[in-house]
Amino acid sequence: MSFLDYAPAPESQSLLNLRAHYGLFIDGEFVAGRGEPFQSINPATEKQIAMIAHADATDVDAAVAAARRAYDKTWSKLSGSDRGKYLFRIARLVQERARELAVAETLDNGKPIKESRDVDVPLVAAWFFYYAGWADKLDHAGVGPTPSARGVAAQVIPWNFPLLMLAWKIAPALAAGNTVVLKPAETTSLTALLFAEILQQADLPAGVVNIVTGGRDTGKALVGHPGVNLVAFTGSTGAGRAIARSVAGTDKKVVLELGGKAANIVFDDAPIDQAIEGIVNGIFFNQGHVCCAGSRLLVQESIHDDVVDRLKSRLSTLRLGDPMDKNTDIGAINSADQLARIRELTTIGEQEGAERWSPDCVLPETGFWFKPTIFTNVSTSHRIARDEVFGPVLSVLTFRTPGEAVAKANNTPYGLSAGIWTEKGSRMLAVADKLRAGVIWANTFNRFDPASPFGGYKESGYGREGGRHGLAAYLKPAAGRAAARAVTPAEKTPLSRKKAAK
Amino acid sequence: MTRLAVPKTYKLYLGGTFPRSESGRVYEIRSHDGEFLANAAKASRKDARDAVVAARSALGGWAGATAYNRGQVLYRIAELLEGRRAQFMAEIVQAEGVTPAAASAQVDEAIDRWVWYAGWADKYLQVAGNANPVSGPYFNLSVPDPTGVVAIIAPQTGGSLLGLVSAVAPALVSGNTVVVIANETMPLSAISLGEVLATSDVPGGVVNVLTGSPAEMAPWLASHADVNALDLVGAGDLDWVHLEIDAAETLTRVLQPENGPDAASPSLARILAFTETKTIWHTKGLI
Repeated sequence: MSFLDYAPAPESQSLLNLRAHYGLFIDGEFVAGRGEPFQSINPATEKQIAMIAHADATDVDAAVAAARRAYDKTWSKLSGSDRGKYLFRIARLVQERARELAVAETLDNGKPIKESRDVDVPLVAAWFFYYAGWADKLDHAGVGPTPSARGVAAQVIPWNFPLLMLAWKIAPALAAGNTVVLKPAETTSLTALLFAEILQQADLPAGVVNIVTGGRDTGKALVGHPGVNLVAFTGSTGAGRAIARSVAGTDKKVVLELGGKAANIVFDDAPIDQAIEGIVNGIFFNQGHVCCAGSRLLVQESIHDDVVDRLKSRLSTLRLGDPMDKNTDIGAINSADQLARIRELTTIGEQEGAERWSPDCVLPETGFWFKPTIFTNVSTSHRIARDEVFGPVLSVLTFRTPGEAVAKANNTPYGLSAGIWTEKGSRMLAVADKLRAGVIWANTFNRFDPASPFGGYKESGYGREGGRHGLAAYLKPAAGRAAARAVTPAEKTPLSRKKAAK
Repeated sequence: MTRLAVPKTYKLYLGGTFPRSESGRVYEIRSHDGEFLANAAKASRKDARDAVVAARSALGGWAGATAYNRGQVLYRIAELLEGRRAQFMAEIVQAEGVTPAAASAQVDEAIDRWVWYAGWADKYLQVAGNANPVSGPYFNLSVPDPTGVVAIIAPQTGGSLLGLVSAVAPALVSGNTVVVIANETMPLSAISLGEVLATSDVPGGVVNVLTGSPAEMAPWLASHADVNALDLVGAGDLDWVHLEIDAAETLTRVLQPENGPDAASPSLARILAFTETKTIWHTKGLI
């Protein structure tokens, strides 16, 4: 260790009291699952953290039945303001136990503690706080007067932001008056189960939120369950497609937040230091395990070399290693499977002729790790410019004119997010108009807020989460609402038309 | 001595022109009491694909027009419909066998519905969009944007003109372009509507009208990767669940069939069903 290196500064894990085994959370209680329990491991050490129950189809039945009972008997009978008060309670409890949740998240997911502590968990509290206030104001949600809840929501979430995705799903569902059965990702169940303890502390009525852990079979049983009224899913486009197929022909409402291949467009007049930070944040935040990650850097040709040099120099200062260390910038890849996929796609990137570069850094001996990687000389047909890598891998492409930048940015079946870097407001607004993406960041990237709708165009899914728009999927317009343009019988007779013409 | 009438040849309306089906196929259209009216083009899979190409090419111009302009162009269609009301009434009476009064009422309602939707073009965005109070130095705005190319199976029952208008007009308001499969047995007012569109200020390709068999063409549109949304409003008698399954392959947005007199009734929800919410974060400087 030289005098320029940082000494380890690990976050204390002493405030975390985990159990050795976790059950399913159904009807307000932890119960054993009928499937074979599975281990949750720390991706940074490959050591077991806890054993997690595996819900089979019968368990899913029980959870949906509990949610239906809670909907019929309790939750749909509560006033909006009372529902809101429960959500405010949950927001406060999350804030009180914030550090514990952050430590658990980093342990289970592998993300740097500074991210779980400063981004994930504060946003979780903010999400509940925001939607709590909506619960008694639903007439203003944009779906017409006196909307009603849809009923039981089936929610399936990914492993990249385990607790945050839970909040994105549960907060608007409960505010709108639905009850919930949620399935966390197989590799990251832990914080959802700690959250279940918070629900007990909040004294949320039994069955309003049920959490079933397990694998793909569990998710499939939940999504396909005839007793659920809506499906909210965040995950891969492949899985989203399967869900869209499976609910075809039913009246289940569906929200899908799927993959992305965002373009981060840097014009030659961009504020260059901020842009470099934004590019790094755009693709290396959360090890690149972000559906809206800025994985395609589109840089104007005249500044390409300068931008790439600065990026390389900035990447050389990033610290990769123990996620629990407060100085760590890049943590562990979440699973061996994901690491294998990143390796496969980056190998293909080299084979197809792109130039690969990574900074010198030592990877820990145990756990799943991948060096931050930049590909230059990438063309639009390369797999690394088309497929979602979902890892710390940036593909650099160039353009000459704004028109070319827009054409290249839109040249993807995805349409989740995009970034624009320029000091020229008129150009930024014109480009933003033409980008086919649901979230556009101008001179920033990867910003999230409960008040701001999030979701994609095209194969990045449909529906929005966050903001007023995020309530729509969870609400049903009032039954029998007359057509917006009411026609009186008199208008329909030709006689009255002649009269009107006089 | 009566004058010998000059009957009209009914063709497709694709990309602003009136071609026959590339397949050379036609099918007989008969009035409600069995009298021969016309040989309508029986559009093929390739015609449907050509229609999608035309709709895709027209999208940039139509979606990029100002809201005020789009509103005026849509209103102009209502003006032209008004001028041709006698023709539409005659076609409706022949095809549907209703009284002239009922046909007139249907034309009235179709025109009024165009006017109602035309007026939304420069307003729906204000109702559906909003600024978002995010925690940070950003101006954050959510606005609806057209979904893209919308394929529509027009209502196959009810008023032949009103059903078509009710399905096509809302998709156009935000700037989508449309491929519509007309009422199979009563397609003549759809082609006449195409003539109205051709002589209005609607750019070619913004609306493309196919006549023929919905059952034959719909699967190709549902699975077409360049179709962004699928309105199955008139697909109730088709195997529409499979159309929805085909559409899932590219996450095409789907509106399920509607039946009864309220099918495709006018609503803001119908406009918004074919929009995507775009949220833009603008950084604010520190001063």
